[in-house]
Amino acid sequence: MEELGLLMQGFSVALQPGNMLLMLVGVVLGVLIGVLPGLGGANGIAILLPLTFAMPPVSAVIMLSCIYWGALFGGAITSILFNIPGEPWSVATTFDGYPMAQQGRAGEALTAAFTSSFIGAFVAVVLITFVAPVIAGFALRFGPPEFFAVMFLSFACFVGMSRGSPLKTIAAMMLGFLLAAVGMDTVTGQLRMTFGSEEMIRGFDFLVAVIGLFGISEILCSIEDGLRFKGQRAKIDLKVVLRTWAEMPRHAFLAARSALIGCWMGITPAGATPASFMSYGVARRMAKDPNEFGRGRIEGVIAPETAAHAAGTSALLPMLTLGVPGSPTAAVLLGGLIMWGLQPGPMLFVEQKDFVWGLIASMYLGNIAGLLVVLVAVPWFAAILRVPFPIIAALILTVCAIGAYTVSNAEFDIVLMLVFGIVGYVMKKLDYPLAPLVLALVLGDRTEEAFRQSLLLSEGNLGIFFHNWLSGGIMALGVTLLLWPALTWLRGVLAGSFGRARAA
Amino acid sequence: MSSTTLDIAAPIRGAQGVTRGAAEVATSLTLAMVGAAAIWDSLRLGIGWGAEGPQSGTFPFWIGLLLAGASLANLVPVMRGKNAGAEAMFVTWPQLRLVLSVLVPTIVYVAAIPLTGIYAASATLVAYFMMRLGEFTWRSAIPAGVATAVVAFATFEIWFLVGLPKGPVEDLLGF
Repeated sequence: MEELGLLMQGFSVALQPGNMLLMLVGVVLGVLIGVLPGLGGANGIAILLPLTFAMPPVSAVIMLSCIYWGALFGGAITSILFNIPGEPWSVATTFDGYPMAQQGRAGEALTAAFTSSFIGAFVAVVLITFVAPVIAGFALRFGPPEFFAVMFLSFACFVGMSRGSPLKTIAAMMLGFLLAAVGMDTVTGQLRMTFGSEEMIRGFDFLVAVIGLFGISEILCSIEDGLRFKGQRAKIDLKVVLRTWAEMPRHAFLAARSALIGCWMGITPAGATPASFMSYGVARRMAKDPNEFGRGRIEGVIAPETAAHAAGTSALLPMLTLGVPGSPTAAVLLGGLIMWGLQPGPMLFVEQKDFVWGLIASMYLGNIAGLLVVLVAVPWFAAILRVPFPIIAALILTVCAIGAYTVSNAEFDIVLMLVFGIVGYVMKKLDYPLAPLVLALVLGDRTEEAFRQSLLLSEGNLGIFFHNWLSGGIMALGVTLLLWPALTWLRGVLAGSFGRARAA
Repeated sequence: MSSTTLDIAAPIRGAQGVTRGAAEVATSLTLAMVGAAAIWDSLRLGIGWGAEGPQSGTFPFWIGLLLAGASLANLVPVMRGKNAGAEAMFVTWPQLRLVLSVLVPTIVYVAAIPLTGIYAASATLVAYFMMRLGEFTWRSAIPAGVATAVVAFATFEIWFLVGLPKGPVEDLLGF
């Protein structure tokens, strides 16, 4: 039980008064970010990241990860009270959460959402505590081919597990890789794809891209429907909380199943959003009366919230152990690690024990803090959406512009942010997924480095990726996932022509 | 009160606009061109084997090829008209008008930052949005704009010691 000792050491880091304060600040900011349209976990953290350069890395990561937990909690508030998902992963929560609020059961729905979020996160943190060191220890033996294989697998996951068009997923991903390659090539010192522009030599910073793709585009999308916020009143008192908690044990099996779905989807880079939909879908299919779903069933709130929070939390597991983030927000945190001068990957667990275990301990504490903050302060957070949209929009645009500028003190980055905002708007509307683009942009350089180092080892022989059972196995799994959509398509075509032939 | 003029211009069903099919084609062609540009530049850098292993262009070359290929393949279902909802609207004209009512001022805002600094530009943006998009008078809009700038200034320049772009107004005040 070496982990428990290390975890206790982590708690002693996380429980320092300064870090506790940052945790609270992070959670409150996070809920705020989750409630506001146009600000989410990924771009909220991207905007605040430059302000943390002067902090010790462990304090910085505690604050930023608490923003993430806060944002996960905050998404539920707007979904239930306003029928506006503050975050993509809370879309499924609106299905039953908003009807419950309309029936005057807002307090019950919110309590159930927050509690199940907490349970989902808790399961995921326990998983991280005990599984992460094992994976990290295993990954210490990885060489460049294995690392390339892992990255290949995670990108193949996007293609194989996407709900939309696999071609669009590939296009979005490749765009991310190309943007990552722009600028100086670190190996040869040559300039790539700058096309003679001096501004392009610095390359594209993924933080600027994230702020534009998720922030600006969200504002443009929300304005389309002539945004007006018409919300239900939020009232949570201790009686409602206790009554709902008394009811929760009956849904223990549902919560456990949803947490497992969430953890699985979080570790593979599918993310919180599909996890919440899948968990909702499974809950409805397995219910005795599926038609009651969508009319205000408490199960319809518990299932997606547990899964979304479990997925959002467990997305940090591959980020910490392998340096491969499981979600866009985890990708932004990974970028933070690099900026603070830490090398993501298994060596973190050897060289930066205080950092890793401080972070893991803060996940336990941050989620408890988050649960308390949202339960106590729901009406205040809900009041924010009564601020007229033009003011919110102008303030968010300003915050995004400041965030983009502070990344590297460049005014050109604000222009880039706006361009990314328009690109994100078009891509969102045409169902191009943004997550693979962001992950490719963050991991592009490291993927290419692993690829080139592997080829150097083998003097150009691509067989190196299959040189042992480990990287060969991971690569084979990746190829299968990559071909999965093609195989299902082929099966559909064959079955279709077979069916027609039989009918004739 | 959260009622704004935007409510009045709520989207009308079946209105004219840009079709989804047209937007799909334009996006695919743009992405294919980005891929082609990457291929072209990679060929200049070399895609073979150099002194330091694979040359600089190798990786972007294949990525560009995949991007161009996937984008062109995306055109196939649209061209065959098999794409469900190709006739659906990508954005209707009334919707586009709303989007532009936010986007155009934002473009002006970004363009103004190098000239006026970020604080004066932000104050103007807040005040403009309040008066133009929400029915506020200058009596509340201008103080709100100034307050935004002052809070942002205090937060970044004084508290976090992060310097943001400044313009003539700040010069005049001696910062």
